[in-house]
Formats: sequence, C-alpha cells, structure tokens
Amino acid sequence: MASGIKDKVAIIGMGCSRFGERWDCGAEHLMLEAFDECLADAGIEKVQIEAAWLGLCYQEQSLGKSSISLSQSLRLPNVPVTRVENLCATGTEALRGAAYAVASGACDIALAMGVEKLKDTGFGGLPSRTMGTFEDLWFPGVSAPGSFAQLASAYAHKHNIPMDQLRDAMAHVSWKSHENGALNPKAHLKNRITKEKVLNAPMISYPLGLFDCCGVSDGAACAIVTTPEMAKKLGRAANLVSIKALQLAVSNGAEMFYDEWDGSHAMTAELASKRAYSEAGINDPKRQLDMVEVHDCFSITELVTMEDLGLSASGQACQDITAGVYDRDGALPCNVDGGLKCFGHPLGATGLRMVYEIYQQLHGRAGERQLDDPTLGLTHNLGGFPNRNVCSISIIGLHE
Amino acid sequence: MGAYVPRRRLLRSAIATAHAWAKPGLKGLGKGSRAICSHDEDVITMAVAAARACLGGGDNRSPDRLLLASTSLPFADRQNATVVGEALNLPEDLQTADISGSQRAATSALLLGLQHGGAECMVVGAEKCLTRAGSVEEFTVGDAAAALTTGEDQQLARFIGSHSISRDMVDHYRTAQSDHNYALEERWIRDCGLMQIIPETVAALLSKLDMSSEQIDRLLIAGVDGRPAAQIAARCSIDKMAVHEGLKVPIGHAGSADALLLLVDALQAAEPGQNILLVGFGQGCDALLFQTTEIVHRARESHGVTAAIAAGVEDTNYLRYLSFAGLVDIDWGMRAERDNRTSQAAFYRGRRAITGFVGGLCRDCGVAQFPKTALCVNPNCGKQDTQDDEVFANKAGQVKSFTEDWLALSLNPPLMYGSVRFDRQSTIMMEFTDFDPGELSIGSKLQMVFRIKDFDPLRGYHRYFWKAAPAAE
Repeated sequence: MASGIKDKVAIIGMGCSRFGERWDCGAEHLMLEAFDECLADAGIEKVQIEAAWLGLCYQEQSLGKSSISLSQSLRLPNVPVTRVENLCATGTEALRGAAYAVASGACDIALAMGVEKLKDTGFGGLPSRTMGTFEDLWFPGVSAPGSFAQLASAYAHKHNIPMDQLRDAMAHVSWKSHENGALNPKAHLKNRITKEKVLNAPMISYPLGLFDCCGVSDGAACAIVTTPEMAKKLGRAANLVSIKALQLAVSNGAEMFYDEWDGSHAMTAELASKRAYSEAGINDPKRQLDMVEVHDCFSITELVTMEDLGLSASGQACQDITAGVYDRDGALPCNVDGGLKCFGHPLGATGLRMVYEIYQQLHGRAGERQLDDPTLGLTHNLGGFPNRNVCSISIIGLHE
Repeated sequence: MGAYVPRRRLLRSAIATAHAWAKPGLKGLGKGSRAICSHDEDVITMAVAAARACLGGGDNRSPDRLLLASTSLPFADRQNATVVGEALNLPEDLQTADISGSQRAATSALLLGLQHGGAECMVVGAEKCLTRAGSVEEFTVGDAAAALTTGEDQQLARFIGSHSISRDMVDHYRTAQSDHNYALEERWIRDCGLMQIIPETVAALLSKLDMSSEQIDRLLIAGVDGRPAAQIAARCSIDKMAVHEGLKVPIGHAGSADALLLLVDALQAAEPGQNILLVGFGQGCDALLFQTTEIVHRARESHGVTAAIAAGVEDTNYLRYLSFAGLVDIDWGMRAERDNRTSQAAFYRGRRAITGFVGGLCRDCGVAQFPKTALCVNPNCGKQDTQDDEVFANKAGQVKSFTEDWLALSLNPPLMYGSVRFDRQSTIMMEFTDFDPGELSIGSKLQMVFRIKDFDPLRGYHRYFWKAAPAAE
C-alpha cells in the first residue's frame, strides 16, 4: 500500500454556515457564509487560494452543473475549480480533491467547499433521482428511509435481536443526537426529545419512524488546506490540525447482486475504515480515536456503523449504545455536534460539516459541547444505499 | 391451459354500501365478490399470468402462434401480444396478434387458433373491466384471464366444429374514445339478443354436425348465467343441468375472457367423451363444439379457475378500488410529478432482462446474476463474457430484507421492496406485490410475477417489470 497522505496536508481554516431551512438565501450565499468564516480563520487572502473543489450533489435543485457557481459566488481569482459529486460522500470528496492537490505539490493552498440547497424542492425528503436509463426500468422506486430500513430488519434477524430491543437502541441514537444538537447554535434542530417520542412517532419506512430519520436542510461548509510547511510559514504552527487519512470505498455490485453480503451492515464502511486506520497508523481505533462523526442519516445507520468501524463488536452495538458508550460523556463520543439528525443532510456539505466539528473540538472551540482534550477524530459518510454505496472516511488530528 | 384471477375480491356489499346514499336499489346486487386488478395489473399482466399457468402444466409447450383476446388492451397501437410473448420468453419466430373489438374476441381467437392447421397456438383471453361507478355493470363484471393451447398433440378435447353468426345488435358499445360501456336495457338484450341469436347459432351448428341437442353434455355461455342461461338452454332443447353455473358470483363476468375461463373450468371437471358446447355472444355469436378425449383428466393438473378463485382475499375498500381503476384522482403529492420518461433505446437493448427477466449464469463459477453484464459479479471470479442466459422469471425466491415504505411513491402504499434471494448465490432488489402491510418477513417464500412497474402520466405510458409475490401455497 502507498504511504498515504498522513500529516502531509494541514487544515488551516474552516467555516460552516448555519444549517436549517434557509428560506432566506440561496446556495451562493450559504457558500459565502461558510467561506467568510473559513478565510478569517485561515488568516490568508482570497488571492492566495490556488485551486478549489466544489462538492454539490443535487445540482438541478440549486446551482446547476459545473464548478462555475463556486468561482462566481466567491469571486475567486480564476483559479482551477472542479466540481465533484459522490452522493452523501460529496463533501468529503471535495476535501479529498483539495488535499490530494496539496499533497501532490500541485498547489500550496486549496479550498474544499461543500454545499446543498435541498429546501427549495417544495417537499420534504430528498428529491427523487434517476438511477440511469436502464436501471430505472427495473430498480424499485425506493426512498432513502426505505433502503436503510432494511438494515434494521436484516440486522435484527442476523443477531436474533427482538425488533423492540433494536428500536430502543435506535431511539437512544436519536435521543443522544438531539441532546448534542441542543448545544449547537449552528444545528438545524436544537430541541431535546424523549425516547418515548422517538418510539411513538409516525412510521416512515418500517421500522424507521419519523425521529429515526435525519432532517433535510440547507447548508455549506468548507476548509482551506495547505502543507504543514506552508502552515508554519503562515504562522499557524500552534495546534496545527492535519489530515491523517482520507479513504473511499465504492461498491462494485457484489452486495446488490451477489448473495454473500447479509444486508445487515455496509461492507464498504468496513473496507474504507480499515484502509483509513492503516493510512493513519491506527491499530486500536476504539482507544485511539477521541471522537467520531458518523453518517446518521438514519438511526440504524449509526448503529451498524459502530460495528463496521470496529468500535463495537459484531452484534454488540445495541448494548454499547444503550450503555452510553457513544454519548457525549461516554468513552467515545459520537456525533457530538448533533449529527445529521440535528443538522439535516445537505449532501454536499455534510462531510465537511463533520470535519468542521472535529476541527473545532481539536482547537477547543466547541463551546458547551467541548470534549476533554481530543487529539484524533474520524468522519464517516455513506452515500447511496446499504446495498450499493460510496463510503468515505477521514481521520483528522493534531499534527505530529 | 391455465387461469388467473387477481387476488383482490371486492365484496359487492361494499360497493352497494358506498352507493346506498344515491342508489339504494343496488343493494340487491350486493352479493358475492368481484375480482379486481391491483394497481399494477392490466390485461397484459393477467394474460402473462394465465399463459404461465398454461405453460406450467408440465409439457413445456412452445407455440408457433400467440393470440391475445381482450377488449381492454392497454395499448391501442403497440402489439400487446408481443409483450406477452416476450414476458413468456417465447422464441421470436412467433406469429402474434391482438384480437379485440367484441365480447366474442376470445371465441374468435380460439377459432383462429383451431383453424391454424397442425401448428400449436396459444390463445389467451384477459379482461380488465372498466365500469362507471354506480352502474349495474360495476357489480356484475370481474377481472380475470385464461389461456389454452390448441394443437394436434396431447389433445384434452377434440374440436368438432363451429358455427358463427355476425349480426350488429348494439346491446352495448364503447367507442374508441370512451373508457366505459354504454349498456342498453337488459330485458331487450335477453329477449331479442341472447334468446334469439344463441339458439339460432346452436341450432345451425348441430344441424351442420348432424347432432342433436341431447348429445350436449356441457353448455358454456360466456357472460350469461342463472335464469337467462337456463332459458337459453331450454330454447336450445339442452338439459338445463348441462349449463355451467358461471363465474358471476365468485369473481364476476370477465368480459370476453369469460369464454376461455368457462372452457378451462369445464375441461377440468370433464370426463372423457363429453361434448362441450362453448358460446360467445356479441354482435352475433360463435358456437364451438369440443369432445373431450381419454386424457382429459390431465386438465386437472393445471392451475385452473377453481384454484385461481381459491387464491383470493376479500377486500372491502371501495375507495381503493376506485383509485386502482382510475375512477378517483388521489393527490399523491409532488413526488408523483417526477418525470418518468422511458428511454426506449435503453429498453430495447435491455428488454430481454426487463420483459423476460433474463439474467446471466456464469459458466466459469456457476453464479447467477441479474442483470446479465459483461463481467461476472462474483468477486472471486470477475471473468468477462462468461455468462449464458438465465431466466429468473420461474425461479423461487426468498425475502432477504424488506421494508414497508410510506414515503416513496406508490399507487398502493406502502411501497414494499427489499432484497430477494435466489438460487446460485444471486440476489436482486425487487418490489414486492400482493403482500399487505405486516405480511412480509425475512425468509418469506416468493414467486415472480409480471406487473406494471412505473407510470408516465405525462406521456400516457407505463412500463412493466417483474415483482416478487407470495409463493403459491
């Protein structure tokens, strides 16, 4: 395996817009809101940015195709800009592009921007999308909750866990996220909820009720990356945050068409996290990681992800979750910012929003949510459906 | 031969109750039930189901000709029989035709099949009866299909002869622009139509064959039963005990398909050497006489009318029926606005997969897969161009994972779908149908059925694919 990019790329600035139903502005403004914070944080001038990556998934709902919208919205100095799209991993994909550009030496300072404007569709939930001209002919007209709900039935069946017990653990996931989101001024949902409310909510896709599903919102988040050497030149050596790993695993059809995968977890998350741990030199993630930001598009996704990331033993996630292991005051806080559950899921922004939380925590700027001296965190995105997806993992920590 | 009756049986009492506010007189019709198509069924899907029941009889026939008879064909200009033939994976060197335009469509198609020399012909009749809410017809008709093959080998019944009369009596009509029939007074139809034209045709046939009415063991009159049927029998001097009791009570008259349903049903109950007279009425009359052979008992092995009727479930939701039938316009929300255009070029390339449900079987590793692609999906194989055709339509499946989705668009919510496990390590994400909420569980046994998959209201189009339904018991 290649030596990887561990500590070859530093993050010197980050920004994150307020997430929510941003009827007040368009995607252009959301990007600017995140960028203003990011640029001030980095302490550089806009003209110092040499290249940029834009992560945007549903272009038809907001900015259209191409990278021009980013260049135009930020009035970038005609630098190369690339638009990327990789479903829910889109934000992390933008960061990957910028990080690889810096790591390769192609440029010294690069911007990764992720944005999504979902609330202009006129209805709740994600916009429907085509699977392609041939697959539309046979693939069921699934929704995201329906696709992820099947994780729950398969997981319960595999581990012989009664559905009530599983739903109870799933309710804990959502309850915990709202407890955290209530402390985050940038979250979309800042209300606390009870587990009873989760369990008694209307059913969306069995066994996922309303509160098992994350919100839908608008938002943007971005990062400015550079080399550690350049960061030092820019006077950013203290508490320098660097990228330890950036990995992606993409389904090749095996889960979908070949009956080996049991449907109870995401195969790609296992693969991507193993690659990321290897790149970051992590051999005991449960102990070495101080926090994780995982893709809780649905409560069951977070639950099975804890096993896919090797943090809970197979079949033990329910117990660990209800025992509070992943609560803010637990052994390994998960989604301490409120997660997708409370931020909603503007696809292009989500990955970078997760990195933003780790970045803030590493700098000790997380306010009421601040953890005790974290040094290493992981982000995880799962784009697509459990049976066919893109999984991205980033590991972010203090520069060694 | 085989038959198909949609699973849902709308209780006529539910129809009568819904109309009691305006038409209390309909209460008397509120007995028994009416078979209704689900939201994803039409003449093509029912025809495929009946034809599969017919082909599944164990002899694996491969007809030279396929005739589809119906007055409610979903496409006026795209041959419906061709779609049925491709769904059955019949060879392309097949003569196909749609026969329509009259309640005699099925008997006319059967006659064409029988007059086809020695070649084998599959005749399928199917009807999705569209009726106006509150009409008498709404109570009397039902949706169903039947199929049988004609040919010289292994005859269950010999075709003895036929006689037809063509006479333009407008007992009802439906113009090309209309969705529903305009029906005339029943008493006039009975007295001046049924009671005149049928006996006249039967008499001509018997005379032509030099037979007497006493020799008729069974009389099958499509679309007619009860007292009118007995009166017709009497007028023909045929013993009223010979008259088939009809399918009105359990499922309703299935329009032009009724003739084939009655014939399939009669053959299943028949003894060798019986003379069966089949009558189709509509702008004239077709009368066909068959004599059962020594092997007619084999008919009982087929999935026939009795079995198809027995597979039903009672339904009392009249509003849902109205929605299925397109008689009420439910607001399905903005999700229903999604543009569902079909790429016909993509369909044409992939139609064996989509219509025939043909996947691949890797010669190298033995793994089955859908869709068939150039590279084997088995991560331990991955070989290129090693797949032979593998038909999934007849495979049994099992629920591997499932959900009941109230968010995704379905005209029969919740949309139920999940991974289906097949043999040879294959699995496919499929839509489930004919399950009610709460009925799915992991490991549930499944059979594949050909159904409407998607609608494109903008272009008046709909497309078909296969869904997973509960396995037949």
